[in-house]
Amino acid sequence: MKELKVLAVVIFFTLVTYWGVEPYAHSVMHKHIEEAKFNNFQYKDLKPVAKGNPANGKTAFAACASCHGLKSQGIKAPMDAVSAASAYGVNPPDLSNAGAVLDEKFIANFILSPTHTALVKKSGMPGGMASKQGAADIAAYLKSIAPKEVKPKEAFEFACGRCHAVHYDKWTQIGQTPKTKSDIKTGVDLAKLDFEKKVGQYQLKLAGYLGKLPPDLSIIVRARSEEYLKKFVENPQHILKGTAMPRVGISKEGYEKVYKYLEEVGDPSKPKREAVGPWVIGFFVIFTFLAFLWYKAQWKGLK
Amino acid sequence: MAHFDLNARPFSHQWLNDRLAVDTLKRVLSTEYWIPKNINFLWAMGMVLAATFGVLLISGIFLLMYYIPDTKLAFDSVNHTIMGEVGYGWLWRHMHGVAASVVFLIIYIHMFTGIYYGSYKRGRELIWLSGMLLFVSFSAEAFSGYMLPWGQMSYWAGMVITNLFSLGSLDLNGLVEWIRGDYVPGQAFLGRFFMLHVLLMPLIIMALIVLHFGTLRLPHVNNKDGEEFDFEAEAEKWKAGKRKESKVIPFNPVFLSKDTFVLGIYFIFYFYLVFYHFEFAMDPVNFDPANGLKTPPHIYPEWYFLWSYEILRPFSKNAGLIAFGFAQVIFFLLPFLDRSPNVAPANRRGLFSIWFWLLLIDMIVLSVMGKVPPMGIYTTIGTVAAWTFIILWIALPFITKAEKTVRGHK
Amino acid sequence: MSDRRDFFGKMLGAYAGLGALGALYAAKRTWDPLPSVKAGGFTTLDLSNMQENKLYVEKWRGKPILIIKVAKNSKPATAPNGNDKNAYDDKRLITVGGHKYMIVVGLCTHLGCIPDYFPEKNKFICPCHGGQFNAAGEVLKAPPPSPLVIPPFKITGTKVVLGEVGSEYKKLKEAGVVA
Repeated sequence: MKELKVLAVVIFFTLVTYWGVEPYAHSVMHKHIEEAKFNNFQYKDLKPVAKGNPANGKTAFAACASCHGLKSQGIKAPMDAVSAASAYGVNPPDLSNAGAVLDEKFIANFILSPTHTALVKKSGMPGGMASKQGAADIAAYLKSIAPKEVKPKEAFEFACGRCHAVHYDKWTQIGQTPKTKSDIKTGVDLAKLDFEKKVGQYQLKLAGYLGKLPPDLSIIVRARSEEYLKKFVENPQHILKGTAMPRVGISKEGYEKVYKYLEEVGDPSKPKREAVGPWVIGFFVIFTFLAFLWYKAQWKGLK
Repeated sequence: MAHFDLNARPFSHQWLNDRLAVDTLKRVLSTEYWIPKNINFLWAMGMVLAATFGVLLISGIFLLMYYIPDTKLAFDSVNHTIMGEVGYGWLWRHMHGVAASVVFLIIYIHMFTGIYYGSYKRGRELIWLSGMLLFVSFSAEAFSGYMLPWGQMSYWAGMVITNLFSLGSLDLNGLVEWIRGDYVPGQAFLGRFFMLHVLLMPLIIMALIVLHFGTLRLPHVNNKDGEEFDFEAEAEKWKAGKRKESKVIPFNPVFLSKDTFVLGIYFIFYFYLVFYHFEFAMDPVNFDPANGLKTPPHIYPEWYFLWSYEILRPFSKNAGLIAFGFAQVIFFLLPFLDRSPNVAPANRRGLFSIWFWLLLIDMIVLSVMGKVPPMGIYTTIGTVAAWTFIILWIALPFITKAEKTVRGHK
Repeated sequence: MSDRRDFFGKMLGAYAGLGALGALYAAKRTWDPLPSVKAGGFTTLDLSNMQENKLYVEKWRGKPILIIKVAKNSKPATAPNGNDKNAYDDKRLITVGGHKYMIVVGLCTHLGCIPDYFPEKNKFICPCHGGQFNAAGEVLKAPPPSPLVIPPFKITGTKVVLGEVGSEYKKLKEAGVVA
């Protein structure tokens, strides 16, 4: 029993040290977050909008189509990504999946006043492109044509993928890195060089527009906590004042998709880790039990 | 010439005995290597450390197969190839990272056990000194290993720690550049720290482990009461079958059986950390790739370096460096600063007992203050704790000189 | 008493051995080729627009692949073993889009050097030990013990995917042309 007391002392000092250098120190380091500013992607600060009419929205979308594509409805974007970035700083997204990933109220507010809604100083998107009712109609239209279910990666591509690369998944700001082949004699891969040049041109424009190149998100799930990422995406300015990251107005379901994708890329061993863990620990529990029997047998009658 | 049994079958027991003295080896190294019986689980920490070093060595071998020591590729070779592509690469990395952190917890427990029971004097000075050399080598090994993933913490820790070698106002920038092989941590830096981590430091550590075991041989392992007795006489009692009366037990199997039990409990704890609680050892900041144009908002060393880092922080540049140097060497001097002849547990040694617990608490305070940002009240607490550390060590010879002889000890 | 004490030790040792086997399995998996390496084990050859009797070189799984669109008359100029039959009639050739092609791994079956092609002689000569092959990869002169190896392939239109097993490859296998 004396030994258990010694063990208790060791555990006590170990835990105090752990508590001090981990939870306590990190709570001091990281600014306290005002929970009230976050409401699980409800965007309560935005004004509610009138009920939109999808049919009217379809007509009104003509104005949007001068910059945005809508592939699912057969509307192609007027410019390729690099030219669009030259013109606007960033490539205006194809809106086929907008209704599936973004919050409807946010879309309408964004059409009316992009900078106020996205909480940024400037936006490539002009404001006042539609009346209040028109904005609601367009939002309703986008919602009506959106697929019921988008894949995690599609959600990411639409919401994040024009500014953030994920090179562990070969994703660049202008799309998936194509499979190319180098010339067998010289080793030159012109198609690859061409693509890289385009990515570079796009990134330069994007960095010029935002002030810096947004980070690659390949392992962002290991670099930032789940809680941090969620809050940052919901309201970037409250977490990192002055950041160029806009509030993208993602819905709760949309965010869950994005996070799922980021986790699959950034922590691919998680399922395996969680499957193997119990076996290894179970092995050592039995090991310890057998060792205990051995120890008891060896020490019997020694004291 | 020794006697050889010419009829012995090759590789039979007799044959091996004639050539390798396997029976003698087994006797000397295991079945008749005597350990005092009067011990507790803290005496198993040496085996726990040896096992953890084994874990580090084995997991390190597998990491080495896909790690690329190139500043452009290192980060992805660790975080993409090893963590995502290599079969069980994630397991080796988590085991390696967590063991590197946990090994210091055990080292500190091992050290404080030695201090508490006075296991560093009266013939055991070299055990302590070789142990301290191991501590320093492990620190160098841990630091060089921390550079390899080439994340933000790697880069900036490399920057800050190598800058210490400018030695304050001496401004030895040439020395700093020589250590780095560049103006900043770059390819040359990564290459040489890679070499240190996978070759030179492990060789030194392995040599020191052998030395550490060697220094134990003559003075023998200490016991819970610091009691001195005749090991040979006690061993004779054991061999005569007086298991109860003898004060010693053989390393194998008696001591080993308990060690293995402790080891089992330790591995449950360790693998729990590996699978479910690894963030403390694998700092999220280091999952951002190194960027020489942007310092992370908070930089701090791994937890086991925090106390000595904090001793550096509250002072001006030069004084801080001197204090830091003091913290690095002072533990080496323990056997000579403790002027008392008593080999006894601290709780029987009057003022020394207070000194021991104060030192432990002070180092924990220093560690916590080393991690929180240096501002306001934390700076004050840090400064007080740093001075307390220094004063404690200056006071040690006086406290121990005045110490009364503990009853039952000469 | 002593037996009982030892028994537990032995049991523990055996159990620890089980754990070591588990660790060995993980180690074996670590040593396996990476998924990206496995996924990269396919090469697509486009056979349209090839000239007859000209050697084309490609790469598949790091090895050179030699391709010749075999001309109607591909009789080797000389054949040391009297084996001078026309390569065009060889059953080792692969027919794609009405043309016959030799597609082989370009490593001599003797010791792995790359044989040189001499179009005017319609044959390969290995620079290392003088082994010779005709334009279908058959041995004309030792030391190579067997014809140049045909990699697994699958024909899709005028393209051939190396690394995949198609029906034509299976047929060659059934006929005993490839091992």
